[in-house]
Formats: sequence, C-alpha cells, structure tokens
Amino acid sequence: MAEPRLKADLTEERLSSLAVPESAAWAAQARADALARVRAMGLPGRRDEYWKYTRPESLTAPEAAPAAVLMQDEVALFDSIDRFRIVFVDGVFAPDLSDDPSLAGVRIERLADASRIDIHWAKDIYGALEARGQSPVPRPLAALNTAYATDGVMMRVTGKAEKPVNLIYLHRSETSDAILHHCIRLEEGADLTLLEKGPAAARFNNVMEIDIADGAAFHHVRAQGRDHERRAMTHLFARLGRESTFKSFTVTVNGVLTRNDCVVELEGPDAVAHVAGAVVGDGEFHHDDTVLITHSAAGCESRQVFKKVLRNGATGVFQGKILVRSEAQKTDGYQISQSLLLDDDAQFYAKPELEIYADDVKCSHGSTSGAIDDEALFYLRSRGVPRAEAQDLLVLAFLTEAIDEIEDRMVAEDIVAGIEAWLGRRRS
Amino acid sequence: MLEIKNLHAKLEEEDKVILKGVDIKVGTGEVHAIMGPNGSGKSTLSYVLSGRDGYEVTEGSVILSGEDVLDMEPEERAAAGLFLAFQYPVEIPGVGNMTFLRTAMNAQRKARGEQEISAGNFLRVVRAKANDLKIGADMLKRPVNVGFSGGEKKRNEILQMAVLEPRMCILDETDSGLDIDAMKLVADGVNALRDEGRGFLVITHYQRLLNHLVPDVVHIMVDGRIVRVGGKELALEVEENGYAGILDEVA
Repeated sequence: MAEPRLKADLTEERLSSLAVPESAAWAAQARADALARVRAMGLPGRRDEYWKYTRPESLTAPEAAPAAVLMQDEVALFDSIDRFRIVFVDGVFAPDLSDDPSLAGVRIERLADASRIDIHWAKDIYGALEARGQSPVPRPLAALNTAYATDGVMMRVTGKAEKPVNLIYLHRSETSDAILHHCIRLEEGADLTLLEKGPAAARFNNVMEIDIADGAAFHHVRAQGRDHERRAMTHLFARLGRESTFKSFTVTVNGVLTRNDCVVELEGPDAVAHVAGAVVGDGEFHHDDTVLITHSAAGCESRQVFKKVLRNGATGVFQGKILVRSEAQKTDGYQISQSLLLDDDAQFYAKPELEIYADDVKCSHGSTSGAIDDEALFYLRSRGVPRAEAQDLLVLAFLTEAIDEIEDRMVAEDIVAGIEAWLGRRRS
Repeated sequence: MLEIKNLHAKLEEEDKVILKGVDIKVGTGEVHAIMGPNGSGKSTLSYVLSGRDGYEVTEGSVILSGEDVLDMEPEERAAAGLFLAFQYPVEIPGVGNMTFLRTAMNAQRKARGEQEISAGNFLRVVRAKANDLKIGADMLKRPVNVGFSGGEKKRNEILQMAVLEPRMCILDETDSGLDIDAMKLVADGVNALRDEGRGFLVITHYQRLLNHLVPDVVHIMVDGRIVRVGGKELALEVEENGYAGILDEVA
C-alpha cells in the first residue's frame, strides 16, 4: 500500500506550508471541517481518475512555481462597462484600488471581516456548497481552499444590483500563491452580474460558492489572463432554487495550467444553468474544464458549451457530466465540447458523460475535433483577407457558440474585442 | 488587362495535367466567355487564376495590368483587382455577411495603402448595392452563405463583386442552379458593373446567360486548350449543335 501513504505524506507536506486564519466560531468550524475533508481525501495525485488528463503536481506542491509578471501585456477588458470594482493584488484585497464599498442592492464584505462576526449569513454557505460538491467525486483542492483561504468577498444580493461587480485580480509578485474564497447569496428575485478578470498570482486557488434563491439570476463572465507561466485552479459551486438562473462564461488565453471545475446543482424545479467556455491556447498551455451539472428537480434546463482553439503543443481537456436524478423528470440537458486544432501538435481530450435515472428526459451531447476549414480560408483570402487575419476570423467564428452564451451584449462585445486583441498580438 | 499565356497546370497531388497551354487576352472593358464541355478545365482555370492550393503551374504566365499574378498569394491577387465569383460559394458559420464584406474591403484598401472605409459609408454602399440585387437586410445579417438558397448564394457573390469593385472579374458558372428570374437579376448586376475600366471572364456551360450578358469574345475550351475563338455568334452555334461538331473538328 505505498500509494495511499505517499499521498498522505504529500498532503501533509503541502498543509505544513499553510496556516489556518483566525476566525469566529462558525468559520473556524467550517475551516476545521474542511481540513478534515482534505486529510480524508488526500490531495489529488496522478492516479486519481479525475486527474487522468491533467497533472496536479504543480497545484499541490508546497511552493508555487514562480511566474513572470507581464504587466504590459494585459488586454483591456470591461473598461467600457459601468461596473463596481473590487481589486486584489496577489490575492490580497486592495481597498485603495477598489471602489467605495456601497452599491445599491448588494452588501459586500471581506471574508476576514465576515468570518469574525459570530452570526453571519455566510455561515450556511461557506464551505457548505463545497462540501456538497465533494460527492460523487472528491475535489480536495477546494476543501483546502475553504480551510486556508486568506481573503475573498461575501456578497449578499437583495434586489437587482445597480451595476455589475467586477473582481479584478492583479499579479505583481513572481512567487505569489493566492487562495481566495468568495460566497455569494442571491435572495429571492435578486439579480447580479459578476465579472472576473486577471491572472491573480503565480498560482491561484479560487473558490466561489453561489447560493441562488427562487427566481434569482446570476450572470458570471470571467476572463483568465495572459501571463504565460501562471497556474490556476478554480472551483464554482452553485445551488439553484426554483425558476432561478445561473449563467457562467469563461474565456482563457494562455497560462501554463488552468483547471476550472464547475459544480452546479439544480435543486428547485424549472431552473436554468448554462456553463460555457472559450479557450485559445498556444504553446506550453494546458487547460482543463471539468463540469458536473446535477438535475435534482423537475423541468430544469442545462447547457454546457465548450470551445477550445489549440496549437503549437497546447492541450485541452473537457470532462463534462450531466447527472439526472430520478425525481428530475422533464430535464432538458445539452452538452457540446469542440476543439479546433490548428496544427498536428495540439491535443484535445474529451470525456462527456451522461448519467440518467429519470425516464422522461431530453439529453444530448457531442464532441468533435477538427482543423481549420480550408475552403472557408481560401474563400476569405480570395476576397483579400490575409491568411493570418482570415484564420483569426475563423477562430472567432468557431468560438461564437460559446460567446453567444453571454447574455449582456455589451459584455459579449467586450469579450470579442479582447479575444481579437489577443489574437492580433499573437500575430504581430 | 488580363493576359493568360501558354498556361499549363496540373494537380499537385497527382500527375494529372489539366491545362495544356491556355491563351486568352481580355482587353480593358471587354467581356469574354469561356464555354466547353464538362471536364475541359474551365473551373481549374478559374482556381489557378485565383490562387487556390492544390494546383501547380508548370508553364506559362498570367499578367494582370502588368503584374505577374502567379507569384502572388490569393489575398494579393484580390488586392490587385482580381475577383472570382465561386461556382459553389462557401458557407462560413459564425462570420456575419457584413463583417465579412467589411473585413475584405478594408483588407484590400490596407494592402493598396488606402484608408479604411468609415462604418457609415460602408453601410450606405452595401445597402444601395444590396437593394439593386434584391438582397434584404436579413441576408446581410446572417452568417456568410449559411442557409442561403442557390440563387441567394450567387447574388451574394455579385454583391461582393459590386462592393469590392475589382478590375478583373471571373465568374465561374454563376448561372448554374439559377432559375430564369434569378439569372436575369445576376446578369443585370454584372451588366451594371460593365465599364471601360473593367474586364470580365465568364465561364459557363450554356448560352442562356450570354443572352443577358452579351460577350465580346467567346472561347471554346476542350481538354485544357482553347480550340475556337469567335464572337457572340459562336455561343449560338454551340447552343444549336452542341460541342459535338467542334469536337469533331478538333479531332
């Protein structure tokens, strides 16, 4: 039994470099429980089924591998959108860079402040959604996050938020190792658009727990930045009430390793969950989208739309599952994962899964890999569009189905402009 | 304007020679038609002229207004004023027709060292020309050729030609798959573009199109060569007797 022993050692080695922050009783308990979960599960190793296509070592090592800070290289995003900014520098909240924390319809607190208060609404969410998301597959890095997170925001939305909230993660230190944990509670009928951008740190472990009450809507648009050596492990855990909406879109450009886990439970009937991703990877790039959507109530709709453009040795992974419980009749589930491989060195691994226990459901899934359409490329060139530009146009066209999942047209246009700028820089 | 001299071309992948010495000279303001039976190399000629991959020119030259076209990339040929209306226009899901037109127009302008067109001017130009071709706002908004009928695709080709204003237009079986009304519409569109400074090379199977689009010169192509050259009456002769008579003559 060499393997479990080794796993425990590696886990302890990682934990020894961390300290549990001081908290009030409820938060201290949540952190202690999470720590127990980490120890019971052990940190992910190469032999774990859920890490078959992505090597977890650099995410579980005691120290973060250094990553160069590319300040000049950032593409402007969301700047034209009237938004409420919350800035973190290497994983630490920066009040002087952030907007004055008063926004109609939303109450925002730092994790550190909330976790010192004896009775706080976040008690029912912090670590709770993460804990539920540990089954059927363990996600130890999320539990580690709950135990050790040093910062983050607790947001309670009671109505329609006056404007989008933008979490901005700046990366300024080559060795930063950030652990952030956010909790968002949308009360009945509330509505929030949350934007996230920036590379955050050399290594970034981010967890977001989102509790969406009946009739509430949560829109999430995330841009994962350009610093090449960056590593990130993110988890979204969402719980949806009756007739509520959860829509999440992520664009990722570069970064040596990114793993985005998204765990959604449709708990109330007639809820809607859409998760989408657009990825442009070049060179030393590994990107893993791992999604689990659980239908626990009747009449819910879910969509997973993931598109990856890969070249020059870049690797993409998609592990997506729709789980339909026996009570979730009239489920409408859809899943598509596609890759556009720009050369022979790029790789895409897809593992689509459906697990259905109800008998009156509509579920479909598909996965494809292909090259640029030569006919289309020639057609564009014959009209005067140079090859590189024509290729970018086709790349963007390929990503369209995922980008179309963004509901706010202004934000979608901004994301398209960002991708165009990224593609343009790669060309020049 | 366009001078094709002793053009030989073969498929890159196999040793199949398709063009075996084509000579055509299109003068400024002229409309030339190329007719010929299936498999004579008409479409290959259009692909070689526009620079499609998969063909190798083994001999001969193509000069457009003094420039050697064969050395150019397809996009450079377009910027130099060469335009091919495709026999089978390509569908490009995810790329809007307007975006496509504007990207093409500005890329050509950029290549020629000209200023980009303003969004307002571009819209005015496209709307006016689309209107002439009975292309509605809906077709302009949709992705390039996606869900277009055969006739719509061909009209969309002529719209691109009208907007990009090339000096030398090659129409590859633009009449195929069109009903008589659609063909008239397309021919009217092309006739509207006829002027002193522009040349046309119209590839067609049938004489029908040439009733509406009257050529100055008709070439008959058989087995990779031009075997007969004549005026518009040559097209009528083909219509009457088919290619059989000409084939016999050549043999």
